[in-house]
Amino acid sequence: MSSKTDNKKDKDLMEREDKLKAKELTGDDAVVKNYQSQTEIHAHPGEVQPKDIDVKAIEPPKRKSQWAEVWKRLIKNKAAIVGMIVILILLLTAIFADFIAPYHYSTQDLQNVRMAPNADNWFGTDNFGRDIFSRVVYGSRISIQVGFIAVFVAMIVGGALGSISGYYSGRIDNVIMRLMDILLAIPGILLAIAIAAALGPGLVNVMIAVGIASIPRYARIVRASVLSLRDQEFVEAARAVGANDFRIITKYILPNCMAPIIVQGTLGVAEAILAAAGLSFIGLGIQPPIPEWGAMLSTARTYIRDAWWMSIFPGLAIMITIFGLNLLGDGLRDALDPRLKG
Amino acid sequence: MAKDLLKVKDLSIQYNTDEGVVKAVDNMTFEIGVGETIGIVGETGAGKTTTALGIMQLVPNPPGKIVQGEIIFKGEDLLKKKEEEMRKIRGNKISMIFQDPMTSLNPVMTTEDQIAEVILLHQEVSQKEAMEKARDMIETVGIPRERGKEYPHQFSGGMRQRIVIAIALACNPELLIADEPTTALDVTIQAQVLKLMKRLKDEFETSMIMITHDLGVVANICDKVAIMYTGYVVEYAKVRDLYENPLHPYTQGLFGSIPNVEEDEKRLNPIKGLMPDPTEIPPGCPFNPRCPKVMDICKSVVPQRVEVEEGHFVNCHLYPAEEYKK
Repeated sequence: MSSKTDNKKDKDLMEREDKLKAKELTGDDAVVKNYQSQTEIHAHPGEVQPKDIDVKAIEPPKRKSQWAEVWKRLIKNKAAIVGMIVILILLLTAIFADFIAPYHYSTQDLQNVRMAPNADNWFGTDNFGRDIFSRVVYGSRISIQVGFIAVFVAMIVGGALGSISGYYSGRIDNVIMRLMDILLAIPGILLAIAIAAALGPGLVNVMIAVGIASIPRYARIVRASVLSLRDQEFVEAARAVGANDFRIITKYILPNCMAPIIVQGTLGVAEAILAAAGLSFIGLGIQPPIPEWGAMLSTARTYIRDAWWMSIFPGLAIMITIFGLNLLGDGLRDALDPRLKG
Repeated sequence: MAKDLLKVKDLSIQYNTDEGVVKAVDNMTFEIGVGETIGIVGETGAGKTTTALGIMQLVPNPPGKIVQGEIIFKGEDLLKKKEEEMRKIRGNKISMIFQDPMTSLNPVMTTEDQIAEVILLHQEVSQKEAMEKARDMIETVGIPRERGKEYPHQFSGGMRQRIVIAIALACNPELLIADEPTTALDVTIQAQVLKLMKRLKDEFETSMIMITHDLGVVANICDKVAIMYTGYVVEYAKVRDLYENPLHPYTQGLFGSIPNVEEDEKRLNPIKGLMPDPTEIPPGCPFNPRCPKVMDICKSVVPQRVEVEEGHFVNCHLYPAEEYKK
C-alpha cells in the first residue's frame, strides 16, 4: 500500500509543470527546485538552460585545483614543513634585520675584540669587535639576494634557451645544447670563479657568475619537458586555433612544465648561496665590510684556534639555510610528482 | 548545388620516413558547398587525419610534405598562403575539433580562458568582452556558465568535448573540421555531442568535414561522403546514393561487415586480409589483394576516377571509364 503511494508520489513529481503539487508532496522548496533543474538538464542536453533555474543547486562536488592538491601533499610531509619554517625564519630575518640585530653590522668596538659569546654579544665578537650575531643576521640579506636573483637569472635565460631548443629542435637545438654541454663540462664552481675573476668582485658580479654557471641545468630540464609536451594534442589544438609559436610556448608549454623547474629552482637557490659563500671565501665575492657568511668564514679561518665562535656561527647559518632549502626542495619534488613517492 | 566553399583538388601528401616514402594522401579531390557536410570514412591509417591537417596546413614538416594539389578556400589557394596568413585563418575561418577531448585542452588554463584565447587572437575585442563571449559559448554548448572558471580535469569527457566544440565555434568559422569527434566518447554521450554539433552547425551556418569510421554517424549528419583506402578516395558520392548503391567492392565490404540486427547472425562478415603496409602499397589498385572481384587489370593499372551517376564517383576497374563517358 505504502509503496503504491510512493510510486504515485514519484510520478507526480515528474510532472515538472505542476510546481505546487511537487511542493505539496515534499514540502521542501530546495528539493523541488533541485529536482526540476535536474530534469530540465537531462531532458534537453546541449540546450541553453533558462535563466530562472538555479544551476548552483546541482553543483557537483568540488574538486580541488592542481595547486591545492600539491599543497595538501606538501604539508603532509614533515621534513618539508621543517624546511619551510627554516626558510620562513630566514626570510623574516632578512626583512626585519634592522629590528632584530642589536648593533649595526659595521659598528666596531675595538675594546672588545674576539669576545666569546656572552649576554651582550650572543655569538661573540670578531677581530674588529663587531657583533657576530648582528653580522649573521644582516648576512642573511646578502645570501637571500644572491641565491634568489642568481637562480632567477639562470631560470629566465636557461628557460628561454631550453624552450627554444626543445620547441624548434633541429639545428638550433644542436647549437644551443652543445653550448650548454661545453658549460657543463667545466665544474660549476670553477666556472663561477673564472667569471667572478674576470668581472671583478662585488655583489652583482657574484650573482652574474653564479647565475651563468647554473644556466645549463635549467636549459636541459626545460628542454626535456618541452620535448615531451610539444607533440601533445593540446599544443596541436593551439596551433589549429591560430596561436603563434611565442604564445604556444609561453601559454601552453611552459606552464605545463613548471613542476620540475620549481623543484630545481628551490634546490638551485641552496647551491647558489653555497657557491656565493664559496666565492666570498676565496675573496672573489662580496667584499668587507659587507657581512657575507662566506667572507666571514674566510676572515675567521685565521683565528679558528683562538675564537671558534667567529667561524662556527656563520658556518651554522649557511648549513641550516642550505638544509632547509634542500628539505623544501625534496618535499616539493614529492608533492609535485606523486608518482615518484615510494 | 550550393556555391563551393572549399575545393580540394589532386591533393597528395607524403611522409618521408626512414622506412620509405608513405603516401598518406594520394590525389584526393572533393568539394564542400556552403552549409554542407562531407564525411570522410576509412580505416585507421587511411589518411583521413592527414587530409584534415593538410587543409589546416598543419602537416608536421618534416617528415610530412604536401607534394601536389590545390586547396581552394573561398577562391584562394591555401597552399600558397604564408604562415602568417594561415594563422589568421586557423581558428577563425577554418577550425578543427580533435579526436581526444582528454588531451586536446590545456590542463593549466581554465576553460573560459581557453575559449577567450581564440576570440582574443582573432577579434579586436577587450579582454572583458572576450570573457563574456566565452561564457556565452559555454552556455551555448549546454554547460552552466559558472563552470567556465574550472579546469579541464574537473569536467567529464563529454563536457570536455563540448568545450572543444565551443572553442572551435567561438569565432564563427565557415568550415569546421571534426576529426573523429566522438570516437573517444561512450555511445550515449556520442549521440548528445553529435546532436549538439548538428544543431550548432545549422545555427552558425557552418560547413563541416566529418572524419569518422562510423558509417552510422555519416548517415546521420553528412550530405556527401568520401570513402578512403590507403590514401585514395575509392568512392565519393552523396550519402543517399552511396548508401543505396555502393559501387566499389571496398565500400560494399564495409557495409557487408555491419551485422544485421534483425537477423540471427553467427559470424560477422569482415573484409578479408589486412591493410597493406603504407610503405609498400601494391601496384595497381591498392585494394586488389583483398578484393573479392579482383581482375587481372587491377594488379597493374591504377583505376581512374569515373563518374558513374551524377555526383557519384568511383575508382574501380569494374566501372571502366569508356562506358560511362558522356
